[in-house]
Amino acid sequence: MKPLLELRHIRIELPTRRGTLLAVDDVSFTIGEGEVLGVVGESGAGKSITAAAIIGLLEPPLRLTGGEILLEGERIDNLPPEAFRRIRGKQIGAIFQDPLTSLNPLYTIGRQLVETIRTHLPLTDKQAAARAVELLQEVGIPGASERFNAYPHQFSGGMRQRVVIALALAANPRLIVADEPTTALDVSTQAQIIGLLKRLCREHGTAVMLVTHDMGVIAETADRVAVMYAGRVAEIGPVRQVVKHPQHPYTVGLMGSIPSIGDDLERLPQIDGAMPRLGSIPRGCAFNPRCPKVIDRCRVDRPDLLPAGATEAACWLHAPEVAHG
Amino acid sequence: MAETVLRLNDVRRLFDVSAPWLARILSGTGPRTLKAVDGVTLDIARGETFALVGESGCGKSTVARLVVGLYEPSSGSIEIDGTDIASLRTRKAQAPVRRRVQMVFQDPYASLNPRWRVKDIIAEPIRTHSLIQGEPAIRARVDELLRQVSLTPSDGDKYPHAFSGGQRQRISIARALASEPEFLVLDEPTSALDVSVQAQILNLMKDLQRRLGLTYLFISHNLAVIYHVSDKVGVMYLGRLVEVAAKADLFGRPLHPYTRLLLDTVPDLAMTGRDRLPVRGEVPNPIDPPTGCAFHPRCPLANDRCKSERPSLLAAGGNLVACHAVQEGRLPDWGTNTVST
Repeated sequence: MKPLLELRHIRIELPTRRGTLLAVDDVSFTIGEGEVLGVVGESGAGKSITAAAIIGLLEPPLRLTGGEILLEGERIDNLPPEAFRRIRGKQIGAIFQDPLTSLNPLYTIGRQLVETIRTHLPLTDKQAAARAVELLQEVGIPGASERFNAYPHQFSGGMRQRVVIALALAANPRLIVADEPTTALDVSTQAQIIGLLKRLCREHGTAVMLVTHDMGVIAETADRVAVMYAGRVAEIGPVRQVVKHPQHPYTVGLMGSIPSIGDDLERLPQIDGAMPRLGSIPRGCAFNPRCPKVIDRCRVDRPDLLPAGATEAACWLHAPEVAHG
Repeated sequence: MAETVLRLNDVRRLFDVSAPWLARILSGTGPRTLKAVDGVTLDIARGETFALVGESGCGKSTVARLVVGLYEPSSGSIEIDGTDIASLRTRKAQAPVRRRVQMVFQDPYASLNPRWRVKDIIAEPIRTHSLIQGEPAIRARVDELLRQVSLTPSDGDKYPHAFSGGQRQRISIARALASEPEFLVLDEPTSALDVSVQAQILNLMKDLQRRLGLTYLFISHNLAVIYHVSDKVGVMYLGRLVEVAAKADLFGRPLHPYTRLLLDTVPDLAMTGRDRLPVRGEVPNPIDPPTGCAFHPRCPLANDRCKSERPSLLAAGGNLVACHAVQEGRLPDWGTNTVST
């Protein structure tokens, strides 16, 4: 089966006065039709930048300097901005963290929906309005036809995020890129939004790239998960395997350090230190100074993703000669 | 158990959120008040960690600010070690009591002065309260504090921008410890941090509590973090406590429907591949809260009494619960909680 989205050796640079930093360094993964891929990592791991590159919204001076992004087998990373605009919204929808900044405060939500629908679909104003109301109903806005003429500030945070989801789904995209969609919301609202996103994508067969730092959200929503560390994918695999049987020492540490209800631990297992800053990523494996299982090779050679159990991990411990020798 | 360190007696804090005077005259509306904290009573015993949990706007951070004296209560009293703060009229008279209660804030990027060196940030409480005389002695104390939070004395000469979020939060903790407090108010101390750093800070706080015999008021919206750190938990909803219980009881046998809702909505690693119970509605606007029990529009058990009469916090099976359904025995059998404690 051909993947819906394919990233091949993506490299994103950040030029600064003191030299060029590598924000994303050789990242490859695929998302299948209707699949939910979770991308987790700590701040600065490069997950949001990767998402921005996919929807063509990398903010300068960040720039894509290597690799290819393919949507249904066609390259999209080298398209001119005008051509990309037709893909964004039509084939790739986007949901951002803060619903207040992704809506225009000066227009009613109805107008924003109609505009988005008419940009991408050959519908009249009237048909677009009918579809907009349908979408609002679908995302669970009570009294959708009355709320059609309301402004974003008249909605609560959770309701706004529902409107943003309606906007993202407006043109029936094949893929939605959701960057921290529930981080700005309260826990009880968060659960509703996650449930909604899950249900809608299942019904429409839409694939999702879900970027978040919240492992709990990923565990519940994603089919597969990619764990990022210092601009690279440290581990990728089916969500259950990565959560229950992580193979990369970083993933092991990350999972262990999340407190869980029902776990009576006096101390949480902790990974000492912090993720290196972009300018000072160590040689070899970026995790080697913090890794409890570091071997000589980790300090020199940079590992690529290797098969490890049911997942793939970028760790020399899983190199055939180490694992079996 | 141990003596009470902090007692809040029916504390209220109101904020005036009226429109400007002229706008009020023109539109014919009256003044409006926001009841951020609306009658909170609680006791915290020495050496324990009392956690407050709730969603945004429930008043948990206002409670924190009331306890450390950043806000004055509109009514009710706050006692620290049996002394009613309001009975101490001047700031000078309050200082020795205030010194014993310190706060760590949520955002380590906003709570440290970027123009001060770390050693001066940490030494400020020592100088303000004249705890140690002489620069060499102060510097020695600052070094000791830095070591206590696993930083090195040489870090004292740097500015805050040189540190990561987790290290800044260590500096905040060192500053809070500088005045030798017995009681720390921790307002979402790890919410701005990444999970691996959060684990470091939570471990540090537990170590310090054991070593220095500290009492914590820990505020968070993250139930898993609260489960990890707390002894006793208070759940807040729209300015009021709806349930107070020992950790094992609250997580094992939650009684208030809102507590149930919160526990049901926690995204958890154990939830892989499961769908959760649908939740209704969102937190209402605190300026105009619902009548009776503020939770009734979202509550599956609400009846007419809940809509008109506000429930008080009463004992029920070891927990304190503000719910008519619990008092009347209308609570359905929700089945045993999956959480084993």
